[in-house]
Parts: sequence; C-alpha cells; structure tokens
Amino acid sequence: MEASNQIVIVGNGISGVTCARHIRKVDSQVKITIVSGETDYFFSRTALMYIYMGHMKYEHTKPYADDFWSKNRIDLKSGWVKQVDFDLKSLSFENGEKLSYDRLILATGSKPNKFGWPGQDLLGVQGLYSMQDLNSMEKRTSAITRAVIVGGGLIGVEMAEMFATRKIPVTFLVRGKCFWDNVLPPEEAQLVARHIKEHHIDLRLSTELSEILDDGNGEVKAVKTSTGEIIPCEFVGLTAGVSPNIDFLKNSGLKTNRGIVVNKKFQTNIPEVYSIGDCVEFTEAPGPDRKNIEQVWYTGRMHGETLAYNLTHDNQVDYKPGIWFNSAKFFDIEYQTYGFLPTSWGEDKWSFYWEDDKGKMAIRLLFDAEDRILATNVFGWRMRHEFFDTAIKEGWKADRLMKQLREASFNPEFYKDYHMEVVNKYNQEKGRDVQLSKKSIFQKIFGYNS
Amino acid sequence: MKILQKIGVLLTIVGLVIFTVTPFLGSYQLDEATTIAATKDIHNEAMVEVLRPMFGKLYTSNFAFISSFKDYFNSYNETLKSNQEWDKVIWDDYSFSITKASSIGPVKEHPLIFLSLSIGLTILGGLLYILPLYRGVPDGIKNDGIFFSSMMARGWLGMITGAYLILFYILLYWFPEYLTNLVLMVDPISIFLSGGPASQWFLYGFIYSFAIVVMGLRMFRKYKGNNYQLIRTTSVMFFQLSFAFILPEILVLFNKPWHDFKNIWPLDYSFFYEYRLDGMINSGALGMFMLIFGILLIVIGVPLFTYFYGKRWYCSWVCGCGGLAETLGDPYRQLSDKSVKSWQIERYLIHGVLVFAVVMTGLTITNYFMGFELLGQATDQLHSIYGFAIGSIFAGVVGTGFYPFMGNRVWCRFGCPLAAYLGLVQRFKSRFRITTNGGQCISCGNCSTYCEMGIDVRWYAQRGQNIVRSSCVGCGVCSAVCPRGVLKLENGDEEGRINDMPIIIGNDSVKAKL
Ligand SMILES: Cc1cc2nc3c(=O)[nH]c(=O)nc-3n(C[C@H](O)[C@H](O)[C@H](O)COP(=O)(O)OP(=O)(O)OC[C@H]3O[C@@H](n4cnc5c(N)ncnc54)[C@H](O)[C@@H]3O)c2cc1C
Ligand code: SF4
Ligand code: SF4
Repeated sequence: MEASNQIVIVGNGISGVTCARHIRKVDSQVKITIVSGETDYFFSRTALMYIYMGHMKYEHTKPYADDFWSKNRIDLKSGWVKQVDFDLKSLSFENGEKLSYDRLILATGSKPNKFGWPGQDLLGVQGLYSMQDLNSMEKRTSAITRAVIVGGGLIGVEMAEMFATRKIPVTFLVRGKCFWDNVLPPEEAQLVARHIKEHHIDLRLSTELSEILDDGNGEVKAVKTSTGEIIPCEFVGLTAGVSPNIDFLKNSGLKTNRGIVVNKKFQTNIPEVYSIGDCVEFTEAPGPDRKNIEQVWYTGRMHGETLAYNLTHDNQVDYKPGIWFNSAKFFDIEYQTYGFLPTSWGEDKWSFYWEDDKGKMAIRLLFDAEDRILATNVFGWRMRHEFFDTAIKEGWKADRLMKQLREASFNPEFYKDYHMEVVNKYNQEKGRDVQLSKKSIFQKIFGYNS
Repeated sequence: MKILQKIGVLLTIVGLVIFTVTPFLGSYQLDEATTIAATKDIHNEAMVEVLRPMFGKLYTSNFAFISSFKDYFNSYNETLKSNQEWDKVIWDDYSFSITKASSIGPVKEHPLIFLSLSIGLTILGGLLYILPLYRGVPDGIKNDGIFFSSMMARGWLGMITGAYLILFYILLYWFPEYLTNLVLMVDPISIFLSGGPASQWFLYGFIYSFAIVVMGLRMFRKYKGNNYQLIRTTSVMFFQLSFAFILPEILVLFNKPWHDFKNIWPLDYSFFYEYRLDGMINSGALGMFMLIFGILLIVIGVPLFTYFYGKRWYCSWVCGCGGLAETLGDPYRQLSDKSVKSWQIERYLIHGVLVFAVVMTGLTITNYFMGFELLGQATDQLHSIYGFAIGSIFAGVVGTGFYPFMGNRVWCRFGCPLAAYLGLVQRFKSRFRITTNGGQCISCGNCSTYCEMGIDVRWYAQRGQNIVRSSCVGCGVCSAVCPRGVLKLENGDEEGRINDMPIIIGNDSVKAKL
C-alpha cells in the first residue's frame, strides 16, 4: 500500500461513493474526501422522477443517513471544482478555495447531450440529469399547456411519465421508426410504443427536432419538427442521450477523448489520478459486446468496487464485468435484460419470442446455433438475475432453459404463471417437446421448490 | 375528478358532519323506572335515591345532563368515602347506561335514519369516490402526488384527521356517555344480531368493520393487477367481518361469552383474566373449545404458521389491528420513520410490552389457580394499568390516532406484544424472507419509503442481502412499488436465508463483500 494519505473523489454519485465506502471498509486510516457541487449528500439520481411525481421527497432518495458519512469518517466537501492542477496536485473551486490531494478519483458523471439545435439555450429548454435540472423543471412546468420531449431513450420516457402524472400534455419526438429501436428488436419496441400511447402521450415516431422557437423574451414558445410542423409548447425536454461531464478538465494535461481515457485499472495518463463511472472512456471495451463508455448505475457501482480494491490491495486486478444486465421501467411496464441482446442477428443465432394476449408482457430469448442461451429481454415479468446469470455463463441449452423457466420467475406470489403457455408456444413454433412437471399441492402450499 | 367522485367527497363530508353533531342532539330526561332498568339490582334503591332530584327534569343537552348526574353521584360517593363506609360506595360507572337510557328526541325515535345520514352517507360517499378510482387507467403503482397531498404528507388535512381520530378514541374509551346518541343509532343492528342493545364497543366494532371493508375496496382499486395485495386484502376483510364482528355477536345471541376466535394472546391480553376463564369454563363444550383453541393458537399455531409463512400470516392477513392498518391506514404508510434510532426504540418498546404482558399474565394465572391466595385482587391493579396504558392509549389512541402523523403501524411496530412474539419466531426460525434480485437495485428508495414498518429495505436491497427482520409484516408493498423488480416475498429453504455477507452479481473483477 502506498504512503500517500489523502484520497479526494470528485463526484458524489454511485461510482464515487461506492469507491469511498469500499476503500474505508479495508483501510480505516486513509483520509477520504468526496467533493460535489450538486447536493451535499449522495442521492439516487435514478429516483429524480419520483420526486417530481410526488412519490418521494429528496430525503427519501438518500441511500445513507446523513450521519453515515461522519461515522465512516468520509469527509464531504460541497462546491464546484473549476480546475485541476495535476502538477501541484491541487483542486481549485469556483469560490476560489483550494484542496490538495495525494490520489485523485474523478467520478464526475454525465451531462445531457445538446446537438446544436437552434434555440437549444432558450429558457424552458433543458435536459434532466441533476438535482438542479429537476428544480428548474419544477419551476418551469408549474403552469404549462404542453411539453415536448426530444429523444426517445430511457430518460425521455421517464420525463413523459413525470408530465403525465401532472396531467401536462406531452408530445414525444423520436427519431427512430419505433421506440428505442437502436436497443430493442421491433416486437419489443412496438410493445413499449403501444404502452406509451396508452398513457395518452402524443408519440411521434420518425420525427426529429429541427428548431426551437423563441417567444421574443428568450423563452420557448414552440418547436418546429423535421416534418415542418410547429408544435406550441412552453417546455422542451432534451433527452437524446448523455455524454461525459468533463468540460472543466479539457486542456489540463489529462488525456480525454469523449470521456476521460482510462485503462482497465481505471488509471488515467497521469499517475495517482483515476476515473470511474459515467465520465470514463476505456481505451479498450471491457468485454465482448460492451461499449467503451458505460453510462448506467450498475457499471458505476462496479467501477467503484474495482478501483477501491486496487487502491487497497497489492495485487491489482483488471475491471472485468460479468454478464451484462440492465433494467428500466416504461410507465407501468418493467423491463429487464440479461446478456447482450442486439436489435437484429444473423443466421448463427435464433430467437424465441412470446407475448401475452394483452400485449403487455413479453419474453425474448436469444440462442446461438448450438442452442445455447445468449441473452433475454423480459417485459412485465420479473426474472431472477441469478438464474439468467448462471444460465448464460454456463450456456444452458434451449430445452433445459424452457423447462426450468418457472424457477426464473421473480414475480410476487399469486401472480399468474405463464410458464405453460410459453412452453406450448415454444414447442409448437420450434418443433420441440418440452414437458413440464406440475407442482404438487404440497409444494404450492408450503413453497418447497425441490 | 369525475363528477360522481366529487359528489362522493361531498356526501362523505356531510355524513361526517352529521356523525359529529349527532351526539349533541336531543334532550335527556330521567325517571325512576329508567334508573332501575339501567342499574344493577343491588344498586337500584341507592341510585333511585341519589338521582331522585333529576327525575322529571328536562335537560336540553348531554353536557347538562351528565354534569348533573356526576354531581349527584359523586357527592353521594364522596360522603360515603369520607365516612369510611367503603362497602356502600358504588364503584360501577353508570354514567353511560343512565345517559343512554335517558335520551329522548330524534335519534332515539329514528335511529336508523340517523345511522343512514351519518355512517351511511359516509360509506356511500366513500364508495362513490373509491369505485371509479383508476378506471380506464392501466394497472400499476398509484403513488402519484402522495407527498404533495395535505392528507397524506402531514399537511393540515392530515393533522385535522389525526386530531379527530384521537378525540374520538378518548371519548370512546373514557367518556362514552357523551357518545350515547351514536350508540343508540346502532341499537337496532345490535338487537338484530345478538338480541341485546348496543354498547360503545358495538358501535366501535361496527365502524371499524365498515372502515376495513370500504377502505379495502379502495385497496382493490389502488393495487389492481397485484394479486398478492388483492387476496391479502380480501382476507383481512373476511376475518374482520366474520370472526371479529358477526360471529361474536351470534355467540352472545346464544348466551355464550363474546369471543373473537382469531384474536390471540398476548394481543388479546385479557384472555387469561379471571372473568374470561370463568366465562369460557362455564360455557360448556363451546367454552372449552374456545379455551383450548386459544391456547393451541398460542403454543402451536403461532410458531408453526410463522415457521412456514412468516408473521404475515397473521399481521397482514388475519389480524384486526393489521386489517385496519392495511386498509384505512394504507394512505399513511409512507409516514413511518426509517431511522436507526427509531429501530432501537422499537426494539426496546415492543419487547418491553411483551415482557409486561407475559409477567402480568403469569401472575394472573398463578393467582387464579391458587384461589387468589398469592396476590388477592392485586392483579386487578396490574390489569388496569396495562389496560389503560397499553390497551387503550397505545393500541387505540396512538395506534390509530397517529396514522396521519407516524404512519399506519405505530402500534404494530412499537407496541403489540403478539407482534413481538411472532417477530421472534420470524427472525430465528422461519422459512420466510424477502429475496433481493441480484444486482438490479438502483437505490431509488421507493421500498423504504413505502414500508409501513419503517424498515430501511433499500439498505439490504442495494447490497444484495435478504431481508430477514422481525418486524416485517409481509405486506408486500415494498415489492409492489419497486420499479426494478428487486424484491420478492418468499417461503423457502432455511439454508442461505440469512446472508450477512452477500455478493452482488455482475462484477467478475472482484467479489466485493459489503
Ligand atoms: C433521470 C435519470 C434516470 C436514470 N435511471 C437509470 C436507471 O434506471 N438505471 C441505470 O442503470 N442508470 C440510470 N441512470 C444513469 C445513472 O444514474 C448514472 O449512470 C449514474 O448516476 C452515474 O453515476 P456516476 O457516479 O458516474 O456520476 P453522477 O451520478 O453523475 O455523479 C457525479 C457527480 O459529480 C458532480 N460533479 C461533476 N463535476 C463536478 C465538478 N467539477 N465539481 C464538483 N462536482 C462535480 C456532479 O454534480 C454529480 O453530483 C439514470 C440517469 C438519470 C439522469
Ligand atoms: S425500490 Fe427496488 S430499486 Fe428502489 S431501492 Fe428499493 S429495492 Fe432498490
Ligand atoms: S419490508 Fe416490505 S413486506 Fe415487510 S413490512 Fe416493509 S413493506 Fe411490508
């Protein structure tokens, strides 16, 4: 272990906080300081929507009680870092304060994309990433007649849901032919689009934003779409993705590209300076089918765990994520995915897709030519992470997977069991003969699985 | 809001206003025959003498009547006490029965009309509001705007509701004589069910049962699509209506003691009191059955069912207190405190009450079988302390009155000795746990926020640890509100149930244990 004894982490998001906690678990001595300008305490960014919808307040979104930090001797410093002097090993804050470090961890997260649309800096035009964004959204949308959302990703749907709960009419502009069709195969994309419309969202597919119009006072009054239509509105949500939040680090000697460039040990080009979370760009993707920039909660957490391990152990490890997984919720429909499931595939793979008769529940399973399970997309049906993690790692064969699917179900008790229906369709469509054994009454009543 | 729902709200308010003013209607007049009918034979003579000055006088309000009654009655007792004539002092409290019997006026003459206009309108209004809820809206979580709501987020509406409930409980427990008109209203129903007139407890049971049924229907609307919630709610509605409300009245009709078969000691703290034991022992085969069934529930039923299903089999499926909390109290579940501090207080308090109940009952039984040689009537003192502090203040006034301030499970979490007992079994010997789903938690906090027992569910979920907590009543709402499908209530193998050092799936670089 190195002698240097002041670790400073810029960013109190999931990656920075996880890293700090895990360092502290192993090393009770080292001084740890977490810096952030956004909020005094770590909160769950993924819960921003619930504050706007009145499901929770800010304090409910804090995963740790306020005294957790002092108990664990993790210092919290509030303020925006304006500049980093890597030679002097010192941070300078916007208010002129300075803070020196021995080891620095940059975990600065993302910021919403803006693609240079005319009018993108008008009042009432914004993304949704930070607490500040949420507050300004709250202020801007208290009395509006319509909101337009640009960009059909996960944050876009969340924003649509937020407005829907406040009865604010929403027009949702999506570039793709179907919703989120750069991630979802067509059937899934359609299922989601149907559900969005069921919530009375004016969903415009294959439509782009061309201009945001000024009302003369620097506020938005309407948007103009790629079809030439003008849609009056007082708020425009920009949700066309996010990119690493690294502007203040440009030209500082730190190597950056789209994000802060790191190797598999989260080391930057400067010794003792590391980076984790959304703001990171790997020189080499951390695994097959994985991207060089990973911008989800779970990867941020794993980055933090891994770096903390390396900072507290002599044997250094590479970041090696396991089977990919993710989840989201489209209004009322939960979505989970395990393994990497592309939008289309060639002859060397095949898939099985089942949807319930209401069109709100679905499962897609992707197999390779040898029948081994590769990935799944599931809608409206909770699945056990452990089940699919194991099945995919071990390459379970299609028939076995179908037979054991009930064990995978993570739905609450008394939910309808669709296993039989799914297997029937599978047998029919693929000419297989998977037989299910029925649960005995005893098993049903006492919940014994074996 | 649809027009029908607005009418519903209006009717509810009108019903509640009528319910609130009803106790103050009418006038009161006492005569000799009424006095004799309302008092025990041994007190007939004395009471007639004491109250004679009131006979024939018309009192225009219950305040005037009751205060006059108390003046005469108390001065009679005071004189005896100062003369040390203890055996002549009348210890019975006749204020309720005398006041009830003396009521004249509209409520007495038309009880059913008043019942319809007060409780009836409230129920009708409630139904008009509840049944159209979420029509045409897809199934899903319906928590929108809860923290903007004055009623549900400790705003002035919540404060007023809480204050109203507290006041109602105080009157009900200690000043029922002021509620006699309300009791008169339900007399016909009591007579229909059990053949006898209503007491304030019948009124309470009546309101209680309807609260569970009407607000249970609200649960059906709110949690539509979630079968666990639907079935569980049906269960508490059933147990309240049948076991707690109708069945005991029918027992009374057949001259058996009032008995709620699903109420288990030590929640049913008077189960081993002398009068209850005598009542059961003197009621033939059925009485014996009550006694044996009650004891079997305590020694076999609780551990066995809790082993298989967790304490939820009782707390959120059967119990009356739980039933009210899960229906009437559901709008307030997010107000429970999640801090470690309150978890500490909870453990001291609830186990303290359990110890109190066990010791008190132990002394009572020993005393009973020693023919009262051990402590004489001293256990009565204990009983009245427990009944006052725990049975009335804690379980009633605080338990329900504090819904809008501290959430719907204050009693169940901090006070109920049966919950403590069930909880010990659940914690140490049970197949029940809440499983967390690998690495899927996003720490959003919905689960913790909506846990009525104040369990910080997220703390476990985000580190991939099963939730095995003695207080969890298995309401299933944490699982329902989780947007990422992380939580599942399960009965399963004991092995691996408690995983203190969980591993979150997904990261192959290090196996982080935290
Ligand atoms: C609305 C929304 C919903 C989401 N939902 C999901 C989801 O359901 N599932 C999922 O996997 N992911 C989701 N994400 C993505 C996920 O939240 C991010 O991937 C994750 O929060 C990134 O964590 P991080 O620690 O890298 O950075 P962040 O959480 O962004 O934390 C970085 C912190 O550093 C601070 N900071 C940056 N620069 C400076 C500076 N110069 N000085 C001081 N402080 C600075 C920032 O203000 C911020 O507080 C969502 C994101 C949003 C915005
Ligand atoms: S509600 Fe679900 S995702 Fe949110 S903190 Fe709880 S377990 Fe995690
Ligand atoms: S942990 Fe979940 S199931 Fe248990 S009481 Fe809390 S919300 Fe209900």
